[in-house]
Amino acid sequence: MARIGRRKLLKLAGAGAVAARSGGIAAILAAGRAPAYAQASSVHWLRWNDFVPASDELLKKEIAPAAEKALGIKLNIETINGNDLQARTTSAIQSGSGPDVICALNNWPQLYAESVVDVSDLAEEIGKAQGGFYEESKVVANDGKKWIALPWCVLGAMICYRKSWFAEEGANKFPETWEEYRALGKKLKAKGRPIGQTLGHTFGDAPTFTYPYLWSWGGKEVEADGKTVVLDSKATVDSVKFMTGFWKDAHDEGGLAWDDTNNNRAFLSGTISATLNGASIYLLAKSKPDTYLTEKGTPLWEDILHSPLPKGPAGQFGYHLPMSNMLMSYSKNQKGAKEFLRWITSKEIYEKWFTSQQGYSVGATTIWENDPLWQKDPVMLPFRAAARAGRFPGYAGPADRHAAEGLSKYLITDMYAKAVQGMPAEDSVKWAAEEFKKIHA
Amino acid sequence: MAVPYALTERPSYAGAPRRGPVTRLLEDQRWLAAVLLAPTIVLLGLFIAYPFVKGVELSVTDATVGVAGHFVGLRNFAALMGDSIFRIAVANTFLYTAVTTVFKLALGLWLALLLNRHFKGKALTRAFVLLPFIIPTVLSTFAWKWMFDPTFSVINWTLFRLGLIHARINWLGDPGLAMVSVIIVNIWRGVPFYAISLLAGLQTINPELQEAAAIDGARPWQRFRYVTWPLLLPVTMVVVLFSIIQTFADFQLVYVLTGGGPANATQLFATYAYQIGVGTGLLSQGAAVSLAMFPVLLVVVIVQLLYIRRVEIH
Repeated sequence: MARIGRRKLLKLAGAGAVAARSGGIAAILAAGRAPAYAQASSVHWLRWNDFVPASDELLKKEIAPAAEKALGIKLNIETINGNDLQARTTSAIQSGSGPDVICALNNWPQLYAESVVDVSDLAEEIGKAQGGFYEESKVVANDGKKWIALPWCVLGAMICYRKSWFAEEGANKFPETWEEYRALGKKLKAKGRPIGQTLGHTFGDAPTFTYPYLWSWGGKEVEADGKTVVLDSKATVDSVKFMTGFWKDAHDEGGLAWDDTNNNRAFLSGTISATLNGASIYLLAKSKPDTYLTEKGTPLWEDILHSPLPKGPAGQFGYHLPMSNMLMSYSKNQKGAKEFLRWITSKEIYEKWFTSQQGYSVGATTIWENDPLWQKDPVMLPFRAAARAGRFPGYAGPADRHAAEGLSKYLITDMYAKAVQGMPAEDSVKWAAEEFKKIHA
Repeated sequence: MAVPYALTERPSYAGAPRRGPVTRLLEDQRWLAAVLLAPTIVLLGLFIAYPFVKGVELSVTDATVGVAGHFVGLRNFAALMGDSIFRIAVANTFLYTAVTTVFKLALGLWLALLLNRHFKGKALTRAFVLLPFIIPTVLSTFAWKWMFDPTFSVINWTLFRLGLIHARINWLGDPGLAMVSVIIVNIWRGVPFYAISLLAGLQTINPELQEAAAIDGARPWQRFRYVTWPLLLPVTMVVVLFSIIQTFADFQLVYVLTGGGPANATQLFATYAYQIGVGTGLLSQGAAVSLAMFPVLLVVVIVQLLYIRRVEIH
């Protein structure tokens, strides 16, 4: 960047006075922002540390230089722990300075709707060019009137299971219903190969299991009006009752304390037979075939398959973590940041990142279902159209602030956790319903 | 390097010009005191008073992240009264603080008395005792997380090998044991602070007092009860005061170990405030949760400071 000294700045300010019909330095000070020519043409993009490290490497080593070449901007990519993103976002908004673009998880854009730039034109353009956004991507990034973020991707959550262990119990395909899954899990647990599932306070694997489980029984937080709490229903109570038995019969009971990494370690070390997760377990096992082995000494990845969650009385659902990029309204370089978003979400650039993910995440638009990537590995195929069956917390209402509050308080997860710890099903449902009523009051 | 002439020449005092107005002003003790205090006041104001006032201000509005909000009086506090998770957090915080403080004091005092004796390698031992306190809490808590891991716990493995248990202990998954676990880690981290502070207090006690008591026939317990303990009390009170404040507002340890789970069994004031304020963006309610700690801590501080003053006067 060219250095601009004090004298030169004053001179430029004088020149700017003519061009901008302003009053020189006084007007610049009054405007509260530096004149365009003194601004650094850079874009600061804050993201989480990707579970696929190759993708972060691609962004920093290839995409950033390419952005500089194509757009003339300096792309500053910062990656931090996913759990710390919200704290950083909060402090950036409150202080009015920070990253120009923040890649948000879940429905965070709804929480920060007042602090982001309307990107409707961009979202419409990308959606139209790439086969439209998945419903799950839309509900978190659109407030019903405008797009408050640009959907980026959806992280598929599937049950990762041991093919040979299932086959030993006579299951040559994944169980279709919860009853079948429980019966099989009971046999597996008897052999010291339980199902592993967290019911702890962790943002990924806990809610991506408990919410779709609830929906599959017909339970829901609220009616479509987004206000009437209907959680305390027969369907919910049935789901909780079934869960208490299912937990005892088939699950590793240590799961109550698991975070998002425990089940990965447990599966890779062969102490559990199945767990709901992203594709990271399989991808890691495949990348290190000599490290992760079965009890027979064969590569573990060859014994892994994926499946959606089983069906319940009301159907089969999934909740896959959506990610979207928020363009922050405090950004001094909104134009540059918007151009960057248009560029990186364009088909040819996004494809590079999408390929590096190897299916760990699917695109936010449907066009990526046709990518040749899916032909490479049949084990990854269940992820391909996973986002189509996706719903978002808050269902049947909008994915708004109330939904986020219920999600961040782990109310649905705790409803099941309390019950498996001994609270009567009716009481745990009543407790959760009361908490939701307070949120919606 | 050439030294400018003016710097090398020392002007004689007699030839010095008349003192300037600033110097004259500073000769007045009141002004000098104000000037000397100013940096501290500015620092305290910036880093303690301002955040506190801002917190109070937030707690009486309906502010969310990025939205200033309007004045709502005590509505946020009223909402907390009906919040079942908040009630759990209050009970947990009191239990957590009370149990850890008792254990930290007892173990810290014991350790201080041991370290106050003369033995080979005393300096090294004292340095090692401080380790839990020196290591960043997040780092050491991650190590504990591994030790309590439901599947790979080294504690379980050892107990199993010793034949003391036959089934896994679900340290962080069982609500009761999860609280026990976080309490254990807090005690482990806090004991060195007590030990070293109390050791410093012990070293200020004149050994002649102990010797005189011994000559008069006082047994070790009596020497501790009637000589050491009364003299150590003021230091102990200050240490306990600091410890209670820190434990009451503890965050990192629980956040890393359990995230407040399972089912809020280890939820504390600070973790719940973070969950509401940052996780949900409800800054005002998060501030209200944080401020709910304030009256309790204020009472603790006032009672203890009054007690220390009384002890000092006597």
